[in-house]
Amino acid sequence: MAAPQTDTRVEPGEQAGRTVLDARDIDRALTRIAHEILERNKGAGDLVLLGIPRRGVPLARRIAEKISAVEELTVPVGSLDVTMYRDDLRRGPVRALLPTEIPTGGIEGKIVVLVDDVLFSGRTIRSALDAMTEVGRPGAVRLAVLIDRGHRELPIRADFVGKNLPTSLVERVRVALTGVDEVDAVTIEGPAAGGVAR
Amino acid sequence: MKRHLLSAADLTRDDAELVLRTAEEMRSLADRPIKKLPALRGRTVVNLFFEDSTRTRISFEAAAKRLSADVINFAAKGSSVSKGESLKDTALTLEAMGADAVVIRHPASGAPHRLANSGWVRSSVVNAGDGTHEHPTQALLDAFTMWRHLGPTSGGSLDGRRIAIVGDVLHSRVARSNCLLLQTLGAEVTLVAPPTLLPVGIEGWGVETSYDLDGVLPKADAVMMLRVQRERMDRDKGGFFPTAREYSRRYGLDGRRMATLQDHTIVMHPGPMVRGMEISADVADSARSVIVEQVTNGVAVRMAVLYLLLSGEEGMD
Repeated sequence: MAAPQTDTRVEPGEQAGRTVLDARDIDRALTRIAHEILERNKGAGDLVLLGIPRRGVPLARRIAEKISAVEELTVPVGSLDVTMYRDDLRRGPVRALLPTEIPTGGIEGKIVVLVDDVLFSGRTIRSALDAMTEVGRPGAVRLAVLIDRGHRELPIRADFVGKNLPTSLVERVRVALTGVDEVDAVTIEGPAAGGVAR
Repeated sequence: MKRHLLSAADLTRDDAELVLRTAEEMRSLADRPIKKLPALRGRTVVNLFFEDSTRTRISFEAAAKRLSADVINFAAKGSSVSKGESLKDTALTLEAMGADAVVIRHPASGAPHRLANSGWVRSSVVNAGDGTHEHPTQALLDAFTMWRHLGPTSGGSLDGRRIAIVGDVLHSRVARSNCLLLQTLGAEVTLVAPPTLLPVGIEGWGVETSYDLDGVLPKADAVMMLRVQRERMDRDKGGFFPTAREYSRRYGLDGRRMATLQDHTIVMHPGPMVRGMEISADVADSARSVIVEQVTNGVAVRMAVLYLLLSGEEGMD
């Protein structure tokens, strides 16, 4: 029996490791990202935020709320599942699919900001770029992440970063967000906690 | 999920719900301009059909192609099988060609089981209907259709929902698979048929049975009509019912009977349907009828099954 592999970065109730960002730090980082997106884009026109499930989706929603608060304009938010576009689909057990919801109005010609929790190898983002080409052709694609932990394996970088977090490969970065988890927190764990991240 | 899908009984509740959830995601992709997904690129799916079938074969073919798998259709007519080749030799040929999944339909009950467990092939085997035994993907698409219509008002499950399956249960692999799967999902199944069209040993299925369609309809949340499979009714075994007209009057769903259903009740049919026999034309074309939607859902469910059986690492069971 191959149980479908889901996101295991945070097990419920487990809060071991060193806390790097708490709820207020996360909120401040997202506020800054929201302003940076507006500044870079010269306003909220044509913006679409696409979160990568699971935890990119609540992040995208929060950033959109912050943008709306400043610009008095609702930014469309959606989710983009990249599972079937992964290059490691045939390694490990079957992965469960997660919801894809493209906002009405689509992404054709829009400025799409991809939102994810942790930027690591860059492979998830590559999958997301592939997944997006089958939905439409955006005018431009930007990338916003809460944590950039380094160790890129592809030539991909984020446009908006909540926090740069230098890590070693054996460490594990866990992002918890209310909505998916019980609390807001980013923690980092040593290798003793079992297994290499992702 | 196990490596093969041979019977609806192979699925635990968790497995079945995983298929339904995956099918929901697959279904949402059908509305996209580009319907193709790369998940099974480089995998080969063989449709091995020893019995005539249009919709099931096309449905599996569409599902595999939308997931970018290569599809080989093997129909028994006009093939080496008509020259006397055995199932074993056909299987060894497919194995030599490197099939990752074999979708098999066979007139003999148990043929998919033989193919999966004999060691002839390493590929995943999907039962697409064997004799009068089982048709698990049809049961999954029926459950998926019910779940989409009835789930939202009952907390996303079929727990306690009443499903009536009406007609030729005796020859129906669809009925057998549906009974197994719907009970796994918590629904209450009632089979309605004349005594001659209920199989021996029906008491062991764990479902209600009734000879009275009018008594069952007002309580049902979904009504599934089955085709009378006259091609499987051997004349020498005697009549199963006096005349088609009498069958239709007692066990057919017409406009008058449909009026006794609850407002939310849906009418289903696995197809091919015989209008005027088990279902009247006005019922088949009514707003309650989800028969066409079942076909759309069939592709989504088969995509989910192929994805879940084939996308992981080989040999990861």
